[in-house]
Amino acid sequence: MSRTVGIIGYGAYIPRNRIKVEEIAKIWGADAPSYKKGLMLREKSVPSPDQDTITMAVEAAKNALKRCTINPEEIGAIYVGSESHPYAVKPSGTVVAEAIGATPSIHCADFEFACKAGSEAMFVAHGLVKAGLIKYGLGIGADTSQGAPGDALEYSASAGAAAFIFGENDLLAEIEETYSFMTDTPDFWRREHQFYPQHAGRFTGETAYFKHSLSAAMGIMEKSGTKPDDFDFAVFHQPNGKFPLRVGKTLGFPKEKIETGWLVPTLGNTYSGASPLGLTAVLDAAKPGNRILMVSYGSGAGSDAFIFKCTDKLIEVQNNAKLTRDYLDKNQKYLDYGTYSKYRKKIIKNA
Amino acid sequence: MGITARNWREYPQRYRLEAAKCSQCGKVFFPPRLICNQCKSRKFETIKLPGEGTVKTFTVIRVAPTNFIDEVPYAIGIIELLEGFSTMMQIADCDPEKISIGMKVKLEFRKIQSDGEAGVIMYGYKAVPVSE
Amino acid sequence: MEETKSMRDVAIIGIGMNEKWGELWDKSIRTIFTEAALNAMDDCNVDHIDSMYIGCMSGGLFVGQEHLGSMLADNLGADFIPATRVESACASGGLAFRQAFMDVASGMSEIVLAGGVEKMLDVDGGAATYALSTAADQEYECFHGVTFPGLYAMIANAHMAKYGTTRKQLAHVSVKNHMNGSKNHRAQFPFKTTLEEVVNSVMVADPLTIMDCSPVTDGAAAVILCPLDLAKKKFANKPIIKVIGSGHATDSIALHDRKDLTWLSAVELSGKRALKMAGKKIADINVCEVHDCFTIAEICVTEALGIFEPGMGGPSVESGITNIGGKIPVNTSGGLKSKGHPVGATGIAQIIEITEQLRGISGDRQVNGAKVGMTQNMGGSGGSSVCHILEVN
Repeated sequence: MSRTVGIIGYGAYIPRNRIKVEEIAKIWGADAPSYKKGLMLREKSVPSPDQDTITMAVEAAKNALKRCTINPEEIGAIYVGSESHPYAVKPSGTVVAEAIGATPSIHCADFEFACKAGSEAMFVAHGLVKAGLIKYGLGIGADTSQGAPGDALEYSASAGAAAFIFGENDLLAEIEETYSFMTDTPDFWRREHQFYPQHAGRFTGETAYFKHSLSAAMGIMEKSGTKPDDFDFAVFHQPNGKFPLRVGKTLGFPKEKIETGWLVPTLGNTYSGASPLGLTAVLDAAKPGNRILMVSYGSGAGSDAFIFKCTDKLIEVQNNAKLTRDYLDKNQKYLDYGTYSKYRKKIIKNA
Repeated sequence: MGITARNWREYPQRYRLEAAKCSQCGKVFFPPRLICNQCKSRKFETIKLPGEGTVKTFTVIRVAPTNFIDEVPYAIGIIELLEGFSTMMQIADCDPEKISIGMKVKLEFRKIQSDGEAGVIMYGYKAVPVSE
Repeated sequence: MEETKSMRDVAIIGIGMNEKWGELWDKSIRTIFTEAALNAMDDCNVDHIDSMYIGCMSGGLFVGQEHLGSMLADNLGADFIPATRVESACASGGLAFRQAFMDVASGMSEIVLAGGVEKMLDVDGGAATYALSTAADQEYECFHGVTFPGLYAMIANAHMAKYGTTRKQLAHVSVKNHMNGSKNHRAQFPFKTTLEEVVNSVMVADPLTIMDCSPVTDGAAAVILCPLDLAKKKFANKPIIKVIGSGHATDSIALHDRKDLTWLSAVELSGKRALKMAGKKIADINVCEVHDCFTIAEICVTEALGIFEPGMGGPSVESGITNIGGKIPVNTSGGLKSKGHPVGATGIAQIIEITEQLRGISGDRQVNGAKVGMTQNMGGSGGSSVCHILEVN
């Protein structure tokens, strides 16, 4: 007997600061138009100095709680996936759980798997509910990642958070299937005590992002007997604007099915928040009965795939908390490179 | 600076905005107290402060104490969260020139300060202008 | 609070400050205090004191030194006497004076020294700002990064919104106090200033500029008290100054817990209590030293003491009524702004200014015919206030 488990609450958070590609390019003598074209990205979000993975995760979790009516004390597990946890030792999850009133009878751990730490957290949280071990599980993807100054990744590494509460009743979206595809692939990593990550250039394309995203997508469709036509929306990991569109095209998803969850051109790559925020954007707009494919990607490397089916209840709660696009498209504050560098601690201060 | 336990002790207030309401006269205390200074009752109930309010007064700090030097200039004010109850917090995410007395704000979870680069991070709430 | 029949009348017989207030790099906290104390003892020719009270806000945070009672009695050569360090943030000096007054009035001691000292310049700006901020609520005000200029700036903004007090009226306080301080050889900043200069100076916490804020200062001050009868018998070579009123009050430490952000209840109550004890009304006061830690503070204090109606503090200072030569001169010394604000010493220095005024030795700053004077010393953003009323015999 298998339980039907799904999303019972979801929430997003995106900081309001932005920096444009032109602003970064001009400092490093790079050609802005070619970066914008090559990455299909215009600007990215930047966290304020008083924001980090934890603060954004708390706000996203609170938004998720606004879309359901559970008692936070009944959340049985909290997992926060990030590659920019504020502490190397001391989980982000403890602060988030304390802040939302979910302590003390709760399991907690932080996850790391580059950009798929968020979907890892989601998978495990839902899994414990499915196994009957807990009543509700909270999985969050949040990041304030860094790109090395002048490096290609600096144009896209951004900040954001998405939180999902899983349960068995009052579902907003049922989880129909899950599948994970993972191999040891050194495309992007960060050694202990290094401030910025390293990446292997073009090796991050074919052998890494595409291989795993495609394999996970094809794997879950085979496992569930579905094909692209069965889906209304598809969300892929979005490190830049081009990659998710290419994956979608290769698989046979028309651009229209990808656009709703395609935030990267004005958000940047929120790493552990990337495909999860694409998912919250889709959930904000979806209708009852819609089917959603989500395929994350994390360097190192692996992809987590999910198939969601929206219920009638979803449209009742979409507007109970701030919409993803309202965070993304409204009230932005544009920074110059100096302020951005100060905010992101790229300036050496001899303290 | 011995701030670790001192900060942890205030979590119910700093993380969850828990206050005490006098069971006799209704006065709200943040943090909670042992005795009401209005009616001298010693019985209280725990309440949660609301997540939005109004700016009662404010200023912009341009000369800061050690832990806040990198954040200058930052706005800080007294925010009225309930009828007759106000508390102090920074006003974030806005141009200091645009803050005004009477402005509506909502509270967001933020990093308030940290005990240097290696010490604990202290979280709490800041007021953010309500925008459209 | 009524004085009991068993309380004796108390007089001030000696006053002294260290040579100059300011940045005193080669003087330590013990040296500065001892200089001021010896000057006070020399002023009345005493070589022995029975007890002493020292106002100091934070020897610990500024120079790592507590246990000042022991240290400063020892350094003064006053071996084995009872010595008490008194703290009430910026009202430490005024409160030390009150404790000394009670020590004599009660009959416990005969000749008592009330002094104050602060050595603030050894630490950097951020550390000094932090040390001063501990006069506010550490967990619910300082935690958020507020500073003292910030708290008073918030009071100023609320006052301006409620009463229409103007930026220019705040500046008038600074201009007046600098004018007075320019005539005070002991002042840290004895220069004149203009309204434009005040308004256009570096902003510290909007709307207060650096010229609205009292400085950090190294300095000390001391006075000697004894029973009035003893003063008349043995110390009558100088005009005898009686302490006829003392009032002390506290209010919530946090600014946000006050009922009215523009009203200093501790000041109002400490003033009323002192006046009641003295059997005087505010209109009887000829000259006043008040706690102008920030320009707005002087405005709010003059309202809370009842010198001016609520909201009229600004227009009043603008009118010149509190200048030397005006109807009620306030801060003839130059105030904290021009004279300096070594926190623990300020309250004592206020007593010294009024004593000199009543003795008639204030020179260029003399208020003619001054017979009754008042001091008001405040802690934090109004969390405590101590007032004294002095009368020349």
